[in-house]
Amino acid sequence: MLLGPALTVSAVLFAVGVLGVLLRRNAIVIFMCVELMLNAANLTFVAFAQQVGVAGQIFVFFVMAVAAAEAAVGLAIILAVYRHRHTLDLQNINLLKG
Amino acid sequence: MPLLPLPPLGLLWLVPALPLAGFLVNGALALAAPGAKRAVSIVGVGVLVLAFAAATLAVLELAQLHASAPLVVGYWDWLPVGDLQVAFALQLDQLSAVMILVVTGVGALIHLFSVGYMREDPGYARYFAYLNLFVFFMLTLVLGASFPVMFVGWEGVGLCSYLLIGFWFTEKVNADAGKKAFIVNRIGDFGFLVAMLLIFWHIGSLDFATVFSKAPTAFAAGGPVVTAITLFLFLGCTGKSAQIPLYIWLPDAMQGPTPVSALIHAATMVTAGVYLVARCGALFALSPVGSATVAGVGALTALFAATIALKQWDIKRVLAYSTVSQLGYMFLGVGTGAYAAGMFHLTTHAFFKALLFLGSGSVIHAMHRAYHATHAHEDAQDMRNMGGLARYMPWTAALMWIATLAIAGIPPFAGFFSKDEILGAAFAQAAVRPAWYVFWGMGLAAALLTAFYMTRLMLYTFHGPNRTGDREREQLHEAPPLMTTPLVVLGVLAVLGGALNIPPLFGGGARLEHWLAPVTGAALTPPAEAPPATEWALVVAAVLVAALGMVAAFRILKPEALAPARLAPPERGVGRLLWKKWYVDELYDAIVVRPVMWLSREVLWKVVDQRLVDGLLVNGTAAASRALGWVGSRLQSGEVGVYVVLFVVGVLAVVGAVVR
Repeated sequence: MLLGPALTVSAVLFAVGVLGVLLRRNAIVIFMCVELMLNAANLTFVAFAQQVGVAGQIFVFFVMAVAAAEAAVGLAIILAVYRHRHTLDLQNINLLKG
Repeated sequence: MPLLPLPPLGLLWLVPALPLAGFLVNGALALAAPGAKRAVSIVGVGVLVLAFAAATLAVLELAQLHASAPLVVGYWDWLPVGDLQVAFALQLDQLSAVMILVVTGVGALIHLFSVGYMREDPGYARYFAYLNLFVFFMLTLVLGASFPVMFVGWEGVGLCSYLLIGFWFTEKVNADAGKKAFIVNRIGDFGFLVAMLLIFWHIGSLDFATVFSKAPTAFAAGGPVVTAITLFLFLGCTGKSAQIPLYIWLPDAMQGPTPVSALIHAATMVTAGVYLVARCGALFALSPVGSATVAGVGALTALFAATIALKQWDIKRVLAYSTVSQLGYMFLGVGTGAYAAGMFHLTTHAFFKALLFLGSGSVIHAMHRAYHATHAHEDAQDMRNMGGLARYMPWTAALMWIATLAIAGIPPFAGFFSKDEILGAAFAQAAVRPAWYVFWGMGLAAALLTAFYMTRLMLYTFHGPNRTGDREREQLHEAPPLMTTPLVVLGVLAVLGGALNIPPLFGGGARLEHWLAPVTGAALTPPAEAPPATEWALVVAAVLVAALGMVAAFRILKPEALAPARLAPPERGVGRLLWKKWYVDELYDAIVVRPVMWLSREVLWKVVDQRLVDGLLVNGTAAASRALGWVGSRLQSGEVGVYVVLFVVGVLAVVGAVVR
């Protein structure tokens, strides 16, 4: 597996994730985009692991574990917000406005 | 022989400690059980009697030791600050011995009198607590072995004076009089403090022993530093001892209970300034300007206050101005360098002026009861409402006549010897320094006026027809024995007090002068005694002047023609000027009180407080916080998208900075 194409794909995925977080308004979609960024990072770790050593692969497991935990918490929050406000449009969720 | 071996003066601490204990007990009673008048009387008077006994023991011990240097008893390190080492130490020497005997002795009599005088007062326990506290501070003042310890007493008696002048503080005039006394005394205390700083700066110590032994080498005689020190010290004296220009508080201090006027504002506290000058004789001896100022101001005050006393109608005000005048005499004495004469007059004055005040208290007590019985609202202190009281209160009248003869200087009563001593010393000094001829003349004129106004007081109060009112007249009675007993004791002292110091001219031994010699020896010694012929001439002149004053009062004044206060015609001409006290209070009001009030209200309050402090600082701080908060709150849009944009931009900036 070539390093260059793998990093290119990873960069594209990450950019898609960032743009999704910035531009989309639905909380679920934004959440998925965050996952996309995490996986872009995972791809980079794996790609480098072939050259540098097994540590990169081990890191990926940690990231996946954290992502799973984050998914649980994040979905719970989203569910709670939806029950409360009946919407998931982030532009309407601005209680902390100063 | 004492039962237990005690170090020298082992019981000296008891002298101030007993009144302090009395204050604590009476203060606790005043808060917890104000009705326990019996316990308060026993404690209040008892501690004074015991303190007098302890003082007597200490003085007897001092006399046996024949000490030529002061006996200093140190108790604890009080202010160990760098170069300034002040121990809390008491000092007994011949000078403070005289003072503690006067303070505790006369104080005990006045406490006893107060038991009768204040019997009906709801603040009885509070009164005795204050009075005990005053005696404690006064004893600290006279026994202190250094300037700071003395200053503690000096400030403390001022505090007690304030508390007792305003004792009946529910009436505004009383509270105002207390404030006036306190504020005027502050000005004097400032002088005392400055003098203390100057002494420490130039000598490096504040202990009396060190200061007075080093002073002759540290200061050039007549130099500017020692002159400044003495003048600042004397400023302190003018405040505490009511001399020109700070005498104005003392007449107003008569708003307090009459025994307070007797103890604090006649016999003891106001003489603290005289004591201070005598104590610092070594310093005043080095400054001819300083001692001349003391003598000059004293003579001027003696004459000035005596003129005001001529036209006052309030019996206590006459005595108040008389006190100011007699204090002037004492300063004339100590300023002349005749410390023994000044202290002698202080002692005899304590006797006869305390007697006069307590006698007037007895009169006011009777008048007040009479008006109270008939529910009349007349002035119980106005002499125009009195008259003929000798028929109703013979003891008081007789005893006050004794005091009047004493203060007027009629031989052989106490005041004759002490006043004569001061005038003689001033005249002898005049041979060297001619300014003293003027001072002597003023003193003699004041003696004439003293005899006149005291006779006037007696005539209007005790003789002629009674003007109290027909119904009230039946209520006038002599005071109870509890009150007349101290009067009798003081009367005996006013007659015999002169025996303390009969000059050699009359075959006496001048005992007080010899007793004080170890203390005053270092100070300015008056020039050689005048020849006996001159002395006799002076004595005859003084007695003639006193007799002239009394005879003049008998011839000029017509008690029969006097109208009661509410019918009295207004004063005119010179009489009005004197009755209005030379308009000095009005003058001070115009040049001091009003400008200060204007400055406080228009500048300090309306500009500094309202604009600067409230406006700029307090509200300004609030406005600045709010503005900063507004800026910060604009960042909190509440939209996650904006936060994410900021977050990404931040990350990109950090990454960019790291990678490059």
